[in-house]
Amino acid sequence: MPDGAQPVLDVRDLNTVFQTRGGEVHAVNHVSFDLKKGELLGVVGESGSGKSVTMMSLIGLLPSPPAEVRRGEVLFDGRDLLKMDADSLRDIRGARIGFVFQDPMTSLNPVFTVGFQLREPLMRHMGMNKRQANARAVELLELVGIPDAKQRLKDYPHQFSGGMRQRVMIAIALACDPEVLIADEPTTALDVTIQAQILELVKELRHKLGMAIVWITHDLGVIAGIADRVMVMYGGQVVEQAPVRELFKNPQHPYTAALLETIPHVRGDRAERLKVIEGQPPILGAIPTACPFRHRCPVAFDRCKQENPARMPVGDGHDAACFYDLAKGEPRDA
Amino acid sequence: MLNYTIRRLMFTIPVLLFISFIIFLLLDLAPNDPTGNLPMTIPPEVREKIRESLGLGQPIHVRYFKWCVQFFVNEPLNIIDQMFGTCTWGCEDRLRVQSWATRSPVVDLIVERMPQTLWVVGMSYVVGILIAIPIGVISAYRQYSWFDQAGTFVSMVGFSVPTFFTGVLMIVIFSVMIPTDSWFWFPSIYDTTHKVTDLASFGFQIRQMAMPVFVLALYNAAQISRFMRASMLDNLNQDYVRTARAKGMRERVVLLVHVLRNSLIPVVTVIALGVPQVFGGAIITEQVFKVNGLGQLLIIGIQGADIPLVQTLTFIFAVLIVLFNLIADILYGILDPRIRYD
Ligand SMILES: Nc1ncnc2c1ncn2[C@@H]1O[C@H](COP(=O)(O)OP(=O)(O)O)[C@@H](O)[C@H]1O
Ligand SMILES: [Mg+2]
Repeated sequence: MPDGAQPVLDVRDLNTVFQTRGGEVHAVNHVSFDLKKGELLGVVGESGSGKSVTMMSLIGLLPSPPAEVRRGEVLFDGRDLLKMDADSLRDIRGARIGFVFQDPMTSLNPVFTVGFQLREPLMRHMGMNKRQANARAVELLELVGIPDAKQRLKDYPHQFSGGMRQRVMIAIALACDPEVLIADEPTTALDVTIQAQILELVKELRHKLGMAIVWITHDLGVIAGIADRVMVMYGGQVVEQAPVRELFKNPQHPYTAALLETIPHVRGDRAERLKVIEGQPPILGAIPTACPFRHRCPVAFDRCKQENPARMPVGDGHDAACFYDLAKGEPRDA
Repeated sequence: MLNYTIRRLMFTIPVLLFISFIIFLLLDLAPNDPTGNLPMTIPPEVREKIRESLGLGQPIHVRYFKWCVQFFVNEPLNIIDQMFGTCTWGCEDRLRVQSWATRSPVVDLIVERMPQTLWVVGMSYVVGILIAIPIGVISAYRQYSWFDQAGTFVSMVGFSVPTFFTGVLMIVIFSVMIPTDSWFWFPSIYDTTHKVTDLASFGFQIRQMAMPVFVLALYNAAQISRFMRASMLDNLNQDYVRTARAKGMRERVVLLVHVLRNSLIPVVTVIALGVPQVFGGAIITEQVFKVNGLGQLLIIGIQGADIPLVQTLTFIFAVLIVLFNLIADILYGILDPRIRYD
């Protein structure tokens, strides 16, 4: 993507807290990022690192209580989504920002036809009548590669396979030509072959329609093939962010480096043993005042226990939240 | 679906025959004496004669066969004749199931009692459902709100306090403590002979139905609203609800279209399964308010050892239970597209 392109989405210092019986859980802390027009931003991190909560916070999809978006700004089209009233936000959701969720088996309503569920956003946001919406629904199903589209509108979700259902979900998300598509682990629940097909579809649609995409996954391998830029999350914060090539070539955060190690390589005729990162991601009872990764970090030193590192520029369009310079093998100065 | 229904209906025939036979056997085993309520002065020989005239001297399989013919052949023929004014085969001296106590056909007695039961008990069921569904929906949507807490409390009361207690309590308050000329006074005895001819008599009908209907509706609503609430809560956490919100659908649509449509599936089947109880009459409530419906008829039959009456009523309840089980299954199939019966 061209540098300096306009951001469509600009998130600044987002903080989301859950009120639970055991006290507060600070699931998202100081998360800032932007998404440029037409860009595909990959978001990676182990499960529990706050990827879903971040994206759902943006657009008011978290149930409140227990969730509370405590601080931050989400600028979309010059307006702060977090300050918007529920009605205006609903006008944006599904119309200008589309969502695809992880589990296609449960994300569609089992008792309504696929046609009904596709028509809903069209009639709600585009002011179409039922006939127009039907015509558009057929186009959409064809767009996402579902054969026999007209017939299939009358089918119920259970009559589709998992991959086909995820295509339906994508069609619903794209129904109103959104500027932003947020896909939360859209292929995690699918077989590898189906996963590849969905990835191909998204690549193709992206060129056809030109929307910006946030692609959440815990699989760096998936990201490598499609993303322009990658954001790595850990313990509810962004720990590193870089263009995709740069990130793979030159990871600057020990967590990213460890994640890259976990990608299985096939060298020669012998597959390497899968590496895992030892330890558990933290559950945060408060905003961390030290680096959340320090317990699992191979290069942690004193300072990591005293301060939580902020993201600092480490290269061209590349920043990382770490006091240690992996390339030089010594703590950064200052 | 049609195939399935027909198959199930065929299957119910042997089931019902079997049930009718079991009922017959059980009632025969009961140490009942239809002459037991007659004056003591009647000598034993006469009592024996009476018993014989009621057909009690015959062996059980003969009596069962006779009842079957009377109930399954003669009664339906009689209904056809009455409806169309015809006279099918043997209409002059057709033997119907006779009540021992009143010497009139059991089916006529039931037809006579049916309207009271349907009005009072049926109405309470409908009222109960109409109250319960919105309460269940709102309680689930606003879980742990004051509304939900109040709903939980009221349904606990409705659940756990028996109708003979609430019924008597209502009578004490609204028929005894409140002066008769007050607007808040309600009659404690249901007058079956009351005819609705104008607005005033209609008003009185409503008044005399009010208390028994309220008592039963409270009980029904307590159960159904809890069920509705649980079903809504199950569905509110589902992923498709998040999808609907992500599409920008309004909360009203999310709740009343997406969630409600799913939540109603089990509730509707439970409601269907409960309908036979309506016909069964609320035996206790009918006693308390002196509604002479089917429940009361059954009690009288049992007390008077009126075996044909008890046999027939019990069997009709059995038929209704089997039938509404089938209806519940079919409704499930209609409401849930994932269910396929064939
Ligand atoms: N409903 C909830 N109640 C309490 N805590 C929650 C809830 N949902 C998420 N969290 C917290 O938020 C953290 C991040 O979750 P999530 O964003 O779903 O992770 P992921 O990166 O796998 O998408 C979890 O580890 C959990 O502690
Ligand atoms: Mg997630």
